[in-house]
Amino acid sequence: MNFRDTMLDEYKEILKTYINDQTEQALYMSQKFSKKSIEYKISPEEMISLHKTSIMEIEPDLPESLLLSLDILLEVMMSYGLAYREHQSLRTIQRELINEIEVAASMQQTLLGTQIPKIPSMDIGAISVPAKQMSGDYYHFVSHENGAISVAIADIIGKGIPAALCMSMIKYSMDSMPEDSQAPGDVLERLNRVVEQNVDPTMFITMFSGLYNPETHLFSYSSAGHEPGFFYHAETGEFEELQAKGLLLGVDKRAKYREYERKLKIGDIILLMSDGVTECRTEEGFLEVETLIGYIKKYIHLGAQDIADKVYKELEYLQDFQLRDDFTLIILKRTS
Amino acid sequence: MDSSVKIINEWDIVAARQLGRNVAKELGFGTVDQARITTAISELARNIYLYAGQGEITIEKVENGAKKGMTIISRDQGPGIPDLRKVMEDGFSTSGGLGAGLPGVKRLMDEFSIESEPGKGTLIQSVKWLR
Repeated sequence: MNFRDTMLDEYKEILKTYINDQTEQALYMSQKFSKKSIEYKISPEEMISLHKTSIMEIEPDLPESLLLSLDILLEVMMSYGLAYREHQSLRTIQRELINEIEVAASMQQTLLGTQIPKIPSMDIGAISVPAKQMSGDYYHFVSHENGAISVAIADIIGKGIPAALCMSMIKYSMDSMPEDSQAPGDVLERLNRVVEQNVDPTMFITMFSGLYNPETHLFSYSSAGHEPGFFYHAETGEFEELQAKGLLLGVDKRAKYREYERKLKIGDIILLMSDGVTECRTEEGFLEVETLIGYIKKYIHLGAQDIADKVYKELEYLQDFQLRDDFTLIILKRTS
Repeated sequence: MDSSVKIINEWDIVAARQLGRNVAKELGFGTVDQARITTAISELARNIYLYAGQGEITIEKVENGAKKGMTIISRDQGPGIPDLRKVMEDGFSTSGGLGAGLPGVKRLMDEFSIESEPGKGTLIQSVKWLR
């Protein structure tokens, strides 16, 4: 039997029980009743009307004034009822939106997927974790026919869906980059023109572009205002910032990007990251570079992927498992 | 039979409610539905009073086969509504009331239709059927 058909009797029963004997039991029954009536979408005004009908049947000699007062109560509850129904419908819309974002996020993962190249002389690891569902960080590897490897890491200033949409554009321009323009400076110049033409002027992208030649072990790189990476000298155990000058993508279409070069010896490591790594905030404030380097040193003997994973775990713990920004860390370790 | 109330000042909203309530009672609507119908009339009349300056609310009894009910017609020559989709969205109500406004009216009634032309005015027709 439908609740709507039986609710008057149920309610009358609860009311009668309570009027005869003010037990907690009856109050508990009414709490259960209210849960059920919400489930069956009984509006507040219907509840008042139900109450009035019930009390009139139980106590036929109630003063008129008391019954009339219920008319006012019913009228006052109308707006509550409307607000309640609106809330219900907004909740449905919210659920739909959450579902759509989940679909979009998994689509983004597929779209932006890149394979970590496998080459004999270098061990490569990468981790990228979005702060919200959609990431504004992006990294990309390309294995060239001549054996060289391109690596790019980008960060959209801004988070969430707009950043994610912008990312897809960057990904496709990188995919359509001609094979002969591997030089990091060229890559940034091309992308800068794409971004300048296609992206809303309030959106900026920082990017680091690198190219590793496994024959000469030279790593050339350029940066468009991106977070500097680190160079680890295995011989001395020292870390050096990979400083590089260059304007953010999308600011000036004539921007040029200077190329820098480093030679990797066996055991040397290049660490590239997004500002989600360096700007990770803890209770004591921003993460100190020394702290970050400390974590890297702690795991430096491990494989590239393990270093990336372990450093992420440490920083995640440090921030109480609440990422405030998208986090991306890439490790390039020369092994032979 | 149909009858109208001109909406010029706030007291006319009360007159429109009264007219709606009388017709609803006469048709045999219960107290909850009476309250819903008068709340819908209130919302429509307030919209006229606040945004169009003046207009009218007409109440009509309707029959469709065995079904009986009443129609509320709200008509004004005000500035009209440029974006109907927007005003029909939940949470948009410019009259400030939570859940009120036109989506509220639509929920309180069984049928709802709106026509509006910027610069010309707005016509809203809404039906409640007797169960």
